[in-house]
Amino acid sequence: MLQIVKKQEMSPRNAAILRVSMVFAALIAAGVIILILGYNPITVYSKMIEGALTNKYRLTQTINKAIPLVILSLGVAVAFKMKFWNIGAEGQLYMGAIGASYIALFHSDLPIYIMLPLMMLAGILCGGIWALIPAVLKSSLGTNETLVTLMMNYVAQKFVNYLQIGPWKDPKAFGFPKIATFTDNAVLPKVFGIHIGWIIALILVVVVHILLKHSKLGYEISVLGENPQTARYAGMSIPKILLVSVLISGGLCGLVGMMQASGIEKTLNEGISGGLGFTAIITAYLAQLSAPVILVVSFLFAVLLQGGTFLQVALEIPASVAEVVQGVILFFVLASEFFTNYKIVIRHRESADAGKEAAE
Amino acid sequence: MHDYVELRDITKSFGSVKANDHINFSIRRGEIHALLGENGSGKSTLMNILSGIYTPDSGEILLDGKPIVFHSPADSIRAGIGMVHQHFKLVDVLSAKENIAAGEKSGFWLRAKSLGDEIRDLAKKYSLSVDPDKKIYQMAVSEKQTVEILKVLYRGAQVLILDEPTAVLTPQEIRVLFDILRNMKAMGCAVVIITHKLGEVMEISDRVTVLRKGKSIETIDTANTNARMLTEMMVGHPMSLDIDRAKVDPALIRPILQVNDLTVMRPENIPALDHVSFTLSSGEILGVAGIAGSGQKELCEAIAGLEHITGGDIVFKGQSLLKLSPRDIIVRGITMSFVPEDRLGMGLVGAMNIIDNVLLKAYQNMPGVFVDRKEGKRIANEIIDRFEISTPGPHHEVKKLSGGNIQKVLLGREINLNPELLITAYPVRGLDIGASYNIYDVLNEQKQKGVGILFIGEDLDVLLSISDRIMVMHEGKIMGILDAVSTTKEEVGLLMLGHMPDEKEDA
Repeated sequence: MLQIVKKQEMSPRNAAILRVSMVFAALIAAGVIILILGYNPITVYSKMIEGALTNKYRLTQTINKAIPLVILSLGVAVAFKMKFWNIGAEGQLYMGAIGASYIALFHSDLPIYIMLPLMMLAGILCGGIWALIPAVLKSSLGTNETLVTLMMNYVAQKFVNYLQIGPWKDPKAFGFPKIATFTDNAVLPKVFGIHIGWIIALILVVVVHILLKHSKLGYEISVLGENPQTARYAGMSIPKILLVSVLISGGLCGLVGMMQASGIEKTLNEGISGGLGFTAIITAYLAQLSAPVILVVSFLFAVLLQGGTFLQVALEIPASVAEVVQGVILFFVLASEFFTNYKIVIRHRESADAGKEAAE
Repeated sequence: MHDYVELRDITKSFGSVKANDHINFSIRRGEIHALLGENGSGKSTLMNILSGIYTPDSGEILLDGKPIVFHSPADSIRAGIGMVHQHFKLVDVLSAKENIAAGEKSGFWLRAKSLGDEIRDLAKKYSLSVDPDKKIYQMAVSEKQTVEILKVLYRGAQVLILDEPTAVLTPQEIRVLFDILRNMKAMGCAVVIITHKLGEVMEISDRVTVLRKGKSIETIDTANTNARMLTEMMVGHPMSLDIDRAKVDPALIRPILQVNDLTVMRPENIPALDHVSFTLSSGEILGVAGIAGSGQKELCEAIAGLEHITGGDIVFKGQSLLKLSPRDIIVRGITMSFVPEDRLGMGLVGAMNIIDNVLLKAYQNMPGVFVDRKEGKRIANEIIDRFEISTPGPHHEVKKLSGGNIQKVLLGREINLNPELLITAYPVRGLDIGASYNIYDVLNEQKQKGVGILFIGEDLDVLLSISDRIMVMHEGKIMGILDAVSTTKEEVGLLMLGHMPDEKEDA
């Protein structure tokens, strides 16, 4: 007879070891799936690493994916720490991109040192306000933020689509539904061949780490996340904490929208996120909402994504194989949560049916 | 003749903890057997084994002298053993009848009519009073308990196990319950009553088994023992059972809190507090008695600034608190700690360590935007030393501490803020005797320092001995404020039930 038994509390070190070994187990399991699809998993994995890391161009591409992933994960983590399930990073990213693009497109004569900070500010504000809507609904009407943030993603994405084929359509594009390319003063400069976002991302890792671990606001966020009743009894203003931290969460995601539009696409279109807003939920969760770990996990996921794109070119394998690997990893890590708390034991029914047991 | 049920040499471990360590326990027909022990002594584990929820690691269960194995609660019910849990397992929106029949495999349809009669007959047999068609949510606590008992009897129980049945009852209701139990004993049933109240053990039981740290210390005839002896067996060393009412320097006593006509409404628009007025002095313990849900929680929260107040005023040292935020009220020297049933619900964060928990109120007064955890560690160590909290260190997570230590962290933090008014609700909830007395000492010490204390309690014996005055609440109203020295448990009990002194029968 199989029984699920509650385990004694695991030390953080053992839990981390379990999690890492689960990722390896996931790679093996995904390997089996790749095998069933008719490819050699070892070739696939080595090609993925080759495609993500082995020359300067490929590494740049990987880092270009890692930058937004890091900042989005940080944003998601701030909200998750409070147990505010912000599934809306994607939408907040789009709104941030819209805000930044508005400045870039309609005030294109601003000098670069005013233009870029202004675009960032617009991105942060638009993303923040987009996140604030579900937060206000939650604190005033008690709505479920998971649903509201999720659905607002589609609203934001379709809004970009509307701008693209409607009011913001580039008249010089011969009727092709696209928005005009930004002028050079609206494009993030490069440092060591990669847009400056990587420096911003590294700074933000440190800032968010200090915010969550050492600031009063971070402390309040944790208390509120763990136990809202206690937060109330300690005299904390719950709506204030909720709104401020959701503003930070959405603001970070909005900033990513600005960086993607300005640093990568140099325009606004429906594809600027590439689904990273959803991937960030996985990375933030895998990193246990710890800012330094987010940096590592996001980079590894960027390798996976970039490697997946390379598969398409090198082996003519669909990039969705990489998504399969991603999914399997998430599945295994979620399972590891279960195994940190429970174990399955095989127990024998003693006494009365001992004989029956022996016969089996 | 064999004992009806006998548990022999029962051992059950959870991880490295031996919850039951070679325990022997037997139940005879027609007896009331008290199972006595502090929290964590293994009472619940033993009863869960008897009701088929756990399987013992070793040892055997004999039914009428024959070995039997319970694989599930159904086996235990079939053997005539029924358990009434401390937290009732009833469906609120269903009637008593439906609750009693739930889980019975007597065909697809409810035999509504005959069922009602059957239940009425059964109730009559044991002289229980219950209306089978009344919905559970309309019932008082004692009625719900009766339904639980009937549910177990309906399934043919010969052995009735009651887990802390008196914890939720008033003295009058306890008397009714005890009459019921004596009646069942006369009918040949066996009753096991789990409790830690010595007075009840002495009053109702025929035999008593004492458990300590997972071991059965002794089974003894109640007639041959006394409360002092039982305490000693239970805690392992002799200890005094008296709670002192501390004497205070009269110069320290002056009114500090005045509550005038305070009214608070529940969301359903019925009053949770109904024109409540009282005064509390410094150096005084004002006890609050009442059935659970009589407005105690709302009173605490209203003073702490957490309730929306519909009418009346709360004046602290000459200044109204109504317009102040909860934070400002804390700064003024009013602290409130409320220990809910799950203990960790309000006031502490289980997943955080002691340092972060003691900082919950103090962090607001720290300069700058950062939390000073060095200072937090200092405060935590101070509280750990002062209140003798046993923990591997200040970095230990609070939820991993034992119940007594958890409550000491909570109370320690409040007292460490040097309050002038200390509101404490159920501070000894679920604590063992030693830890409870520790907390009474702490409260008395605060009182002698001139702190005004509003003490919301459950145990009337404790309230009567530690308080200076007792305020009795019923459905959000103050039924009376009595002098704790001269009043009696019965008087308080009547007020708790909502009887005004003048409607009291001549008894």
